[in-house]
Amino acid sequence: MLSIKNLHVSVGDKPILKGINLEIKAGEIHAIMGPNGSGKSTLSHVLSGKAGYTVTEGSVTYQGMDLIEMAPEIRAREGVFLAFQYPVEIPGVSNIYLLKAALNAVRKHHGQPEVDAMDFLTLVKNKVKLLEMDEKFLYRAVNEGFSGGEKKRNEILQMAIMEPKLCILDETDSGLDIDALKIVADGVNSLRSPERAFVMVTHYQRLLDYIKPDMVHVLAHGRIVKSGGPELALELEEKGYGWLEAA
Amino acid sequence: MSAVTQSRYAAAYDTVAPALPGRDLPWLSKRRLDALAQFAAGGFPSPREEEWRYTNVSAIEKKLFSPLLAAPASEVDQAWIDSYRLQDAWSIVLLNGRFSAELSKLASLPDMVLVLGMAEALAQHPERVESHLGKAVADSEHGFVAFNTAWFSDGLFVHIPAKQVLAKPLQLLHVVTEPDALATTRNLIVVDPMAQAEIVETYTGADCAYLSAGVSEVFVGANADLALYKLQAESTKAYHFGGTYAVQARDARFAHHNYAFGGLLARSDIHADLDQASACLLNGLYVGGKRQHIDNHTRINHLKPYATSRELYKGVLDDRARGVFQGRVIVAEDAQKTDSEMSNRNLLLSNDAEADTKPQLEIYADDVKCGHGVTVGQLDEKSVFYLQSRGVDEETARNMLTFAFANEMVDKIKIRELHDLVLGELLQRFPQQGVEKAWL
Repeated sequence: MLSIKNLHVSVGDKPILKGINLEIKAGEIHAIMGPNGSGKSTLSHVLSGKAGYTVTEGSVTYQGMDLIEMAPEIRAREGVFLAFQYPVEIPGVSNIYLLKAALNAVRKHHGQPEVDAMDFLTLVKNKVKLLEMDEKFLYRAVNEGFSGGEKKRNEILQMAIMEPKLCILDETDSGLDIDALKIVADGVNSLRSPERAFVMVTHYQRLLDYIKPDMVHVLAHGRIVKSGGPELALELEEKGYGWLEAA
Repeated sequence: MSAVTQSRYAAAYDTVAPALPGRDLPWLSKRRLDALAQFAAGGFPSPREEEWRYTNVSAIEKKLFSPLLAAPASEVDQAWIDSYRLQDAWSIVLLNGRFSAELSKLASLPDMVLVLGMAEALAQHPERVESHLGKAVADSEHGFVAFNTAWFSDGLFVHIPAKQVLAKPLQLLHVVTEPDALATTRNLIVVDPMAQAEIVETYTGADCAYLSAGVSEVFVGANADLALYKLQAESTKAYHFGGTYAVQARDARFAHHNYAFGGLLARSDIHADLDQASACLLNGLYVGGKRQHIDNHTRINHLKPYATSRELYKGVLDDRARGVFQGRVIVAEDAQKTDSEMSNRNLLLSNDAEADTKPQLEIYADDVKCGHGVTVGQLDEKSVFYLQSRGVDEETARNMLTFAFANEMVDKIKIRELHDLVLGELLQRFPQQGVEKAWL
């Protein structure tokens, strides 16, 4: 589904990613861990198409397409979803408005008719229930005045509505208490399927107790310095990142 | 410079005066003549005056707008007026600056509440008018106030007695139908202690040049609560001046929500004097395009301790439009423990649009909390990217965010019908596709 080859990325003149190689197949869950400043967020931003990053070398192929060449909205419509580390507050746009705009953008892209208002409400209300959210959230402005946990749940709600193929979760763990984390993890787990892949970028191993990865990669100084199974995460929790960074 | 043009209005006064209400009241005649003398000497305000620095009204001097001395010949388009009328409200219509009994709907007003056209109030309760007229704003404030005192042809007199809670909003609908008309109205709104009311001022007119020059004096009694909404949806060929001058007694709460969409040249003054522990909320939104010039001037006088004021004005300016915001907060020496915040945010959608913003804090007390912030800029790129990452194309994302920036102010309207009316004005300018109105 996603093939990253020798990816080099700079911000301004400063190289951040220095040759990332990663293969992700449908149905897999990959965790990308690493200390602060290792380039984790840069990787998720580059995959989602955020401005301000220059790809100086290498390639990213998503379902046979050159991902780097695609506008952010096209990536989203093609099924790449970024759950933000810091979801943006948008006063004046209601959650339900954004959800409908997002869903219709995806449908239109695939030649499907716009969703009927009643069907849409039914769909959204079911997903809201799944994430143990209050329906009132739908009519509030996007993320405005939401707690940290509510914002992260709202990201997963958007994901559940858009039904992407490649879900990138950027530091979904950070700022969540254990109850909020469980709800978010349940939401993610309910969306697992053989057609869908997840990339979880996280500083904390705790998230992986609730969402079991197939592969764990450690990012340091802009490179993947170690890859392994879920047991690698436990090793990291025990030993920290120091032994890998030095390597 | 403008001595000649000033005299055009002043010279025409003799033909206007006989048609003005309250001719038989010596005190009023004197007040009008004093105001006329003041206006004749100073004219309309000029950009040389600090508080008119960014707004040049000399075009009004060059044109000669005249009050209608008789009813217009043309039939009034009722449906058009009704499109601005709140159904679940008492409404008063001022047509070309004169109270229209047949267009107004005042049935079943509570007995003790007094709502009258100003001409009628001068005939029936002259002493009540006398005791309030000019008490919230002096003619020396600037030329438009003096002009209004000399020229006002009608207006509204509202008196809400103590402890009375008005069950429905009271709407004051200003409508101008005639080209080159001058509509000069003076309103007095008196809310007695512990009373509560919502009043809506709506300004609109036919697609032609005219001058609407209104002044409202507002008296909010001790521990009373008044929310005043203004929807300025004048013709984009029209000139608009609207001054709202409020005096808040102890513990009084006054909220003013100002939505400005119309006018070729529009200026609003919103001033409030705050007594001890009173609370003042000023919200505003101005949306300008083409060559519109929209100026909002606010002044909050913290005169006594423990009062709070909150102010947020937002502007969206496209094409060659110009928006002006001047916000003054004055904290008197005696006004300790004042808590005040003022903010003005502007969104410029074109390279030729302009925003002039001037917040001013003048603090003479030493134990106060006062803040202000101003921004002039473009849309937040993080928000644009966030929407793009949800599949929304960039152009649509920018349109949604522009709408949202303004809609945040519309959301503050607590009267449903008015909310929908103002939202409609906004949607005309920034249409949102494929979304239920109830979701906005």
